[in-house]
Formats: sequence, C-alpha cells, structure tokens
Amino acid sequence: MNWDLFPQFLVTGILTGGIYALVALGIVLIYKSSRVFNFAHGHILMIGAFLVWWFVEPLGLPIWLALLATALGAVLLGFAIERLALRPLIGQPILATVMMTLAMAQFLQGAVILTWGAYQRALPEILPLQPVVIGTIRLRLNLVIAFGVAMLGLGAFALFFRYTKSGLAMRAAAEDHQLAQSAGLRVRRIFGLAWAIASVVAMVSGILLGNISGVDLNLATIGFKAFPAVLFGGLESIPGAIIGGLAVGVVESLAAGLPADPTVRSWNLGEIAPYVFMLLVLLFRPEGLFGLRRIERI
Amino acid sequence: MALRLAGDFDTTYAHDMAVIRNRGQWVMTLAFLVALLGLPLVASSYIVSIINIIGINIVVVQGLNILVGYTGQISLGQAAFMAVGAYTSALLVRGGMPFWFALPISGLSAGVIGTIFGLPSLRIKGFYLAMATLAAQFIIPWFFRNVRTDVFGGMPGLVVPPPKLGDFVFNTQQSMYFVIVGLVCLTTILAKNIARTRLGRAFISIRDNDLAAEVLGIAPFSYKLRAFFISAFYAGLAGSLWAHYARAINPEQFHLIDSVWQLGMVIVGGAGSALGPILGAIFVRLLNEASILAAPIIGTLLPSLEASILAALGPMLFGLALMLFLIFEPRGLAHRWELTKAAWRLRPFAH
Repeated sequence: MNWDLFPQFLVTGILTGGIYALVALGIVLIYKSSRVFNFAHGHILMIGAFLVWWFVEPLGLPIWLALLATALGAVLLGFAIERLALRPLIGQPILATVMMTLAMAQFLQGAVILTWGAYQRALPEILPLQPVVIGTIRLRLNLVIAFGVAMLGLGAFALFFRYTKSGLAMRAAAEDHQLAQSAGLRVRRIFGLAWAIASVVAMVSGILLGNISGVDLNLATIGFKAFPAVLFGGLESIPGAIIGGLAVGVVESLAAGLPADPTVRSWNLGEIAPYVFMLLVLLFRPEGLFGLRRIERI
Repeated sequence: MALRLAGDFDTTYAHDMAVIRNRGQWVMTLAFLVALLGLPLVASSYIVSIINIIGINIVVVQGLNILVGYTGQISLGQAAFMAVGAYTSALLVRGGMPFWFALPISGLSAGVIGTIFGLPSLRIKGFYLAMATLAAQFIIPWFFRNVRTDVFGGMPGLVVPPPKLGDFVFNTQQSMYFVIVGLVCLTTILAKNIARTRLGRAFISIRDNDLAAEVLGIAPFSYKLRAFFISAFYAGLAGSLWAHYARAINPEQFHLIDSVWQLGMVIVGGAGSALGPILGAIFVRLLNEASILAAPIIGTLLPSLEASILAALGPMLFGLALMLFLIFEPRGLAHRWELTKAAWRLRPFAH
C-alpha cells in the first residue's frame, strides 16, 4: 500500500467526486419529482460537451454565447424528452420507464455519432491546465475549478428549492403527485421543468468533464459512475447526492492509487471500485444514507 | 385467453395439456421442422449466418424472458452472464473437454454466478435490482479483461476451437446452424414448459403481486433465485454457443449495450410468452441487418453522413423502435400476433 500517497489520492478523489456529485444531482432531480431513474443522463451530459465544442470550434461563437446556447439546447432537449418519451408512460410499470431511458440512451448515442462522429474532440481551454503544488500534493487546477463550479451549482440548487416558488412546487410534487395536483399544481409541467433543469445540470457537468478528459463517446459512461453515488446518498436526497458523489470519487481514486503490488495495480481496481461499492450499498443499506425507507415485509 | 378452433375439446387430460392440439397443427409443426432442417441446404451462407446470430439471441432472450417477463425482475446483466458461459466453455474446450460436455457446464457456471448476483433480490426489487445486475455487468467483463490475463487472455481474449463430433468438425455456418437451431428448439420447449409448471405459475404470481404470493405459500426469495439461475443458465448456454460459433471471444463482446439490446428484444417480442423472445430476437436482429444494408445507400445519397452512418443507424433505429413499442405496443409482437390470430378465427365476426 502506498500510504505516503494517501493525501494526494484523497484530494484527487474529492475533486473528481465533486463532479460526480453534480452528475448525481441531475439524476436525483428527475427521480425526486417524477420517479423516473434516468439511465440516459450520461448521454445528455455527453451531448452538452459536444454542443459546446460544436458552437465554439466549427461555428466560431464566443465562449459565453456557446455556453448560453448550450444551456438553451439543454432546456429544449429536457422538455422534448419529457413530453415525447416519458409522459406517455405515466402509470406504466417501472420496467417500462427503465427501458424507455435505456432506449433513449441508445438513440442519443446514435444521434451523436451521426452528427459529430465518434472521434475525440478537444474543448477550447475554458479552464487552465497547469497544476498547483501545495505541500506534497499536486492539484490539477482545472479539477479544482470544476469542483468549485460543481459546488456552486449544488449550492444554487439548495437555494432554488428553498426560496423559489418553482422550487417549492417541485418539492411538493416530489412528495405526492396526486396531492400536489389537487392542490392546484400542474404536475406534468413540473415534470417537464425537472427534466429541463436536470438536462442543464447534466450539460454543465458534461462541459466540466469535457474540459478535463476531452469530448468523446466515453463521456456517457461517466453517467454510470454517478449511479453508485445516487444510491449511496439515497435516491431522493440532494445532500445525499453530494456526499455520495464525494464518496464514490474517493473510493475510486483510492482503489486506483493505493495498492502498491504491481499485479493488483494491473487489475485497474479504480475502474470497478464504484460498482463494488454500489453492490455493498445495495446489500447492506439499499435505501442509501438519506433515502426514504419503504417498509414492506416480504 | 387464446381462442380455440371450433370442435377442439379437451376429452382427455393429456389433450388438455397438449401444446400441439390437432392434426392441422401437427402437419404445420412437421412442415416447419422440415423447412428448418432443409433451409441451410438451399439458403446462402449470409442468410444462414443471420439465422445463427438470431438463434443465439433467442436462447439468451428466452432466459431473460423467464426472469423479466414471468418473474418481473429487471436484469441488466444478461450479457455478462453470457460472458461467464463463453469463457467457461472456451477454457474447458481448450483444456481438451468435448464441446458437448462443456456446453451444459458453462450453463451451470453462468447459473451459479447469476444466482450470486441475484442475492440482493432478498432485500431489494424493481429498479434497485436493476442496479445490482448493472454492477454485475461492469464487474464481470472487467474481471475477464484485467485479472489473470494469462488464463483469460485479457483484452485480446481467447481463440476457441470449433465443436467436434467424432471426426466431423462444425466449422461452417451451415454445420453450426444445426447445433444452434437444435439448441434453440430445446431451450424454447423447455422455457414454454417451465411457464406451465408449478415453478412458472409461482414466477407469475411473484410478478403480479409478491405479497399475495408469499401469503399463498410461495417463498418469493427462493423462487426469485431460481428465476435468476434459469435466466443465467440460458445465458451461459448461449455464451458457449457464441464462443464456438465466433471462435474468438473478448470482454468487449459482452457489453452493457448487449444487455440492453437483449432486454429490448424481450420488450419488442412481448414479455411473458414463449413466442415473444423468438419474435423479438428476429425483429431486432433483422432491423440491425437492415440498417447495415441501408447505411451505404444513405451514405451515397448524403455524402456528408457517409463516415458515421454505419455506426449510428443501428443504435438509432433500435432506440427508436424500442421507444415506439413502449408507447404504442408495450405488450409486444407476441400480443399483436395473438390479436391477429383471434381476429382470423373470429372472421367474419368482429367479436
């Protein structure tokens, strides 16, 4: 075990975990309001990264305009998905919604390949690349800034849910659809809003990740890494998503970095650690840290 | 409830249980079997190869249908269990065991692994179970890719010898056709009959209401594990077939996307019927073949898309078809077929 490298891997883990937390937040948002678990979240994230690249490189827009246009695209995509794909399935069994988001993921994957091709693209340097050294720890500045943006986003959401009317409506819809509907809220519009916001969040995380690792089809798989985070934190909980994201980032980074034995290192444990972690969570605490525990004797 | 032909009465218990119910159906069954056996003699290698792939898919999807369609559990790990079967079979046959023994053993080994990943179903169900099987889908190919690369071949994978029977080597599309179609028939009959036994009725009761099933004296956990075992057993058989059909396996062949496609075949075909997986596998594979054939044509018509259309069209069409089925025909092609049959039998009366 490389214990002397422990602080380095811990910090790297926390920083990447911040981005996972942002990805997880998008999934939680949709699940909380509409009880749909979005398996296509990673693909929406990927589309965000590709859109920014597309607006900046071939179309030559300035970066701020590209970001704005991407956000607009995200809102449209979110509303479209909710209206066309998920609304017809209200009241269907859970298998139907799971399959719908998986089918959507396949469709979006194909659409991205068709429009932008399967090669890797480089985003313009929105975030600086040179590392900062503090003591014995090397920090990649782009990771730090991405982490900061992710935390800002998470904070903004906490405020949004607490102090705005739409936020309140979304919380009410999450609590009970029928009750919210009979209290005069337009639940279906809230679903649409949740999808739109979650898509924007996904695209922000996509841009952050695209800056760090380049824009290509692999970005979609990051969405899967947020699943353990969501489950660990609890499906319905926003603070849970943050803690879960950080935990998954740390677990992944430590599993990749700590083992000193060369054969163990060759196993690439970091690749698999989040999912082993997810299995353990499912076995011992399926509702997660802050999730709702459904009591059912079976 | 399927409508019966006029004059078809249950006069004996054996006839009550029969799948093939009258002389006309016997004639059609035999004609179908003769056509099935004669097909590779007249069809081109290309068509036989498509049927072979469809056949392997039918075996996997029959298993998945028992778990998803009858028992109502969601599994995103079927392709990973297929990998377990493929690697078991490949290693055994490379070690000198005949394919015919390695085939059932690879089914068993996949079944055991599948049962292990089914264990979380003790505490969780529905969507959470999908997550547990998703973890299996990541962990198992990772294992074959990274651990003991001297045994499992790592990323490049393993080369697998073709099956042999005496001196005859099954190394052409036509000869593998008979192995695959034979196994498809066997596994389909088995799946159909599982659904008609106590086991199958217990599965259906768990799907429809697990609390009620428990009250009726069915132990849900034990039956869920049996469903996981059967489902993964089928995946293992199909994996073994695939290994000896493709004759080279690597972890990339058993990707999450393959699991999704297999689930898609269950949905498109119609969950919870023995016919569904057959129709689903045929529909989805043919759709994919059509996209491969259509891609170059679209590429010449729209040159700007030429580079990417081949890789893009398959997933897009599949995703679109699955979405449309979920919205407009969630009970799948098998249900549509029953409706057509009923309409035909009732003709000229609508009701």
